[in-house]
Amino acid sequence: MPSIAKPVAKHPSLQRNKLDLTIRDYEGAMSTLCAGCGHDSITAAIVKALWKMSIEPHRIAKLSGIGCSSKTPTYFVNGAHGFNSAHGRMPSIAAGASAANRDLVYIGVSGDGDSLSIGLGQLCHAIRRNVKMVYVIENNGVYGLTKGQFSASTDIGSTSKKGDPNRMPPIDPVTMALSIGATFVARSFSGDKDQLVPVLEAAVAHRGFALIDVISPCVTFNDHKGSTKSYLASRQSMVRPIETDFVPPAEEILAQIGTNGVTSVTMHDGSVLRFTAVPKDYDPTDRGKVSAYLRERAAAGEVVTGLLYVDESQPDMHEMSQTVATPLVNVPYSKLCPGSGALSKLLDQFR
Amino acid sequence: MHQLLRDRVNDFAFKLANVNGTGSASANGLIMQAIFRMGIPVSGKNLFPSNIQGLPTWYEIRVNREGHTARALEYDLMVAMNAQTYARDVKEVRSGGFLLYDSSWPLDSHLIRDDVNYVGVPLARMCGEHFQDSRERILMKNIAYAGSLVALLDIDMHLIEQLLEEKFSAKPSLRESNHKSVMIGYEYAKKHFDCPLPFHLAKMDGNQGKILIDGNTATALGAVYAGATVAAWYPITPATSVMDAFTRFCAKYRRDKETGANNYCIIQAEDELAAIGMVIGASWNGARAFTSTSGPGVSLMNELLGLAYYAEIPAVLVDVQRVGPSTGMPTRTQQGDLMECAYASHGDTKHILLIPADPAECFDFAVKSFDLAEKFQTPVIMLSDLDIGMNDWVVDKMAWDDSYVPDRGRVLTAEQLEQMPKYFRYSPEDENHVAARTLPGVHQKGAFFIRGSGHNKLGGYTEIPDEYQEVIGRLARKHKASAKFVPAPVIERREGAGFGVITTGGCDRAVREAMQLLANRGINANYMRIRGFPFDDPVVDFIEEHPFCFVVEQNRDAQLKSLLLLETPVAKNKLRSICVYGGFPLSANSVVDRILSQVEAK
Repeated sequence: MPSIAKPVAKHPSLQRNKLDLTIRDYEGAMSTLCAGCGHDSITAAIVKALWKMSIEPHRIAKLSGIGCSSKTPTYFVNGAHGFNSAHGRMPSIAAGASAANRDLVYIGVSGDGDSLSIGLGQLCHAIRRNVKMVYVIENNGVYGLTKGQFSASTDIGSTSKKGDPNRMPPIDPVTMALSIGATFVARSFSGDKDQLVPVLEAAVAHRGFALIDVISPCVTFNDHKGSTKSYLASRQSMVRPIETDFVPPAEEILAQIGTNGVTSVTMHDGSVLRFTAVPKDYDPTDRGKVSAYLRERAAAGEVVTGLLYVDESQPDMHEMSQTVATPLVNVPYSKLCPGSGALSKLLDQFR
Repeated sequence: MHQLLRDRVNDFAFKLANVNGTGSASANGLIMQAIFRMGIPVSGKNLFPSNIQGLPTWYEIRVNREGHTARALEYDLMVAMNAQTYARDVKEVRSGGFLLYDSSWPLDSHLIRDDVNYVGVPLARMCGEHFQDSRERILMKNIAYAGSLVALLDIDMHLIEQLLEEKFSAKPSLRESNHKSVMIGYEYAKKHFDCPLPFHLAKMDGNQGKILIDGNTATALGAVYAGATVAAWYPITPATSVMDAFTRFCAKYRRDKETGANNYCIIQAEDELAAIGMVIGASWNGARAFTSTSGPGVSLMNELLGLAYYAEIPAVLVDVQRVGPSTGMPTRTQQGDLMECAYASHGDTKHILLIPADPAECFDFAVKSFDLAEKFQTPVIMLSDLDIGMNDWVVDKMAWDDSYVPDRGRVLTAEQLEQMPKYFRYSPEDENHVAARTLPGVHQKGAFFIRGSGHNKLGGYTEIPDEYQEVIGRLARKHKASAKFVPAPVIERREGAGFGVITTGGCDRAVREAMQLLANRGINANYMRIRGFPFDDPVVDFIEEHPFCFVVEQNRDAQLKSLLLLETPVAKNKLRSICVYGGFPLSANSVVDRILSQVEAK
């Protein structure tokens, strides 16, 4: 985790991906977050997933809003363009960027304040639009940069550092996203890299908008007794009944297919999600069943993690808009301008 | 018959009072278009309510053989089709004028003026006899009064038939019923009244090389020709028809011939915050992108306009101004967003403004907006208004120069980046204080982190005063440098001018007519129409060369005057305000009266 300065030199034994790049080539600037911040672990998982997928760094676009989480795109993939936008407005910037160039890999990083308060509207509409992007919510239930206010994801009864309890119900991004038609919904824990890396890979491969809610404890303002999003409380409440492997397009699927529910989903790009464990009767492609299961477990005090729901059948924003396959930025001007003859002919009708 | 009304061929105005949602727009448009085709300079102003059906709506048509087509305030003829507004419509007819009403029912005695001539046509009764369907009866009543006007004003019936033919070429039954209604009204008027009226129309050759078009359509066309590929918007009166037209033109010109796929992406956003965000995201990635909105939308866009300004991302925003503040009067016109747009967003921000006066300039300036936004890597706001945007104007047919090459500004290619030892976003700057930008996805060496937070000239995060000031100071110089590139003011001089008159945008025609009227009385003045911000030297020189200048504008607070005082060294007592801001298009008379109250006639 890059919260400490590392030497620039790369150890010769470092593994290389298909582009002959090491994981160090996917790192970014040194983190300025508090030591032990969950966000740094998520950054490390993003680095690993992008490296594993052998995506050319400059074909990645990193976007964020404002907040501690939104600082993190500087901490991964130095070779990618980044956009640290305004509070809660990253989804619209990403939608516009995607409209202009559909070929880049868009990684959006946001927080619970950025996504569930000031930017809730934009998040919902990016989900509806099914903008092809990975959208990570680094969810710590607290405002960090402004020093410890409750966020919209703070649970009822969870206390501030001073001991005041929150009395308003939380907005759960996972159930919210499911209710408005999200096509890829996952939840994970910053401390669970084994789970997070394949989920991130699957998100990149997904046809449209991939929402990943990652519980990411704030060591400074929300890691005390009484907080439901501390490291301790998170580890106690979180369960991971759903296990998923991500198998890239070219690789052969060797493992045994499980027997419970739906066990594999072929992604739009040909890669395969292999569900190696799911609860009985759980079908990650059945929105109703997933919602019901999550409600049931939440009532039992459990926070279910894993790749919870995926639907590869829905068109993304470009497919819905019937945009050309060529990114619009690469369409030459000669194809865009109808020319003087067409103008004259058209204007002759305005008489 | 009053002498006043004699010899008024091709020089009069009439007003049509209707109920909105009854199809009167097509009847009024038919009349307007026929007059245009007769070669007579004409304007039509739609004074409509913020409502779908049932409220009063008016349409004014002015014909003027000299080409003065600003809104007239006196009506020679009133077509009173709305019982709700009879009383006030009757009052507005000039003495000796005419009033056409539906005589299916008697007119209340209190609505009778002895200095007005009444022309009663039993429209409802006749349409009731000829048409069965109740909706059709209402719609055809309007077409029938158009028929009466054809007779009363001597409109060329052949042109009316031609227009119906064109409009309903795919729907013969509609053409048939429209034609029938026209004839009902026409024949009744011919039979019962002396046709034509003393003021009427006669064919002339005043519209050679001209077209009839609204500003929003022309703006959309400009965006197509500029090569805009991404458009994001949120519905709002009076800007919606910009995107409607852009969508229509893209479907016509931008579909890939082989695949049928779209060489464009139009997104109806969830609000204006998102609309401008999408424009900024797309522009960051290298597309020409724009949004269209009105004042309330600009208020919301303030936040991200500051981001685009500070991070130096091109963006084009078309503001079709309506009456503010707040919701204001959405279907009425004003120039009330000048100040807001000049300095939109918190902190030290300044934007480039382009201010067209008519639809032809909307087309040109729309193209220019994209060039300037990319050249200066900053938002450009084109300030149109409801009058320009939604009314049909007679303008010179726009032409396109096929040698046009979009000015994409300083953008580094992969090859250029490859040869650079290292790239920094905000230095070195060129003579216009612009640094080269890079586009995502092009080359790893061009990658950097763009941000709305404090940054230094290398693009890195900073909180150091000197580093911050270095960048923000350059942005001020960059804005100033753009003055040489915005459209220059239009200046017209008169012999013996004693003062200057300054205006902007859609006030143009009314102010120029006012100056002619003043000249007729021996009062001569020079004219300057400002077309862009920041102001260049000719603007200052014009003011300095006069003892004083009137500044005519459509807002309460003299925003153009304020901007001139803030941004130029001219003395405060040099400028005198004429503000007309009730929401209707400006008329020459209101300008003449205000100037006469301050300047002695010779």
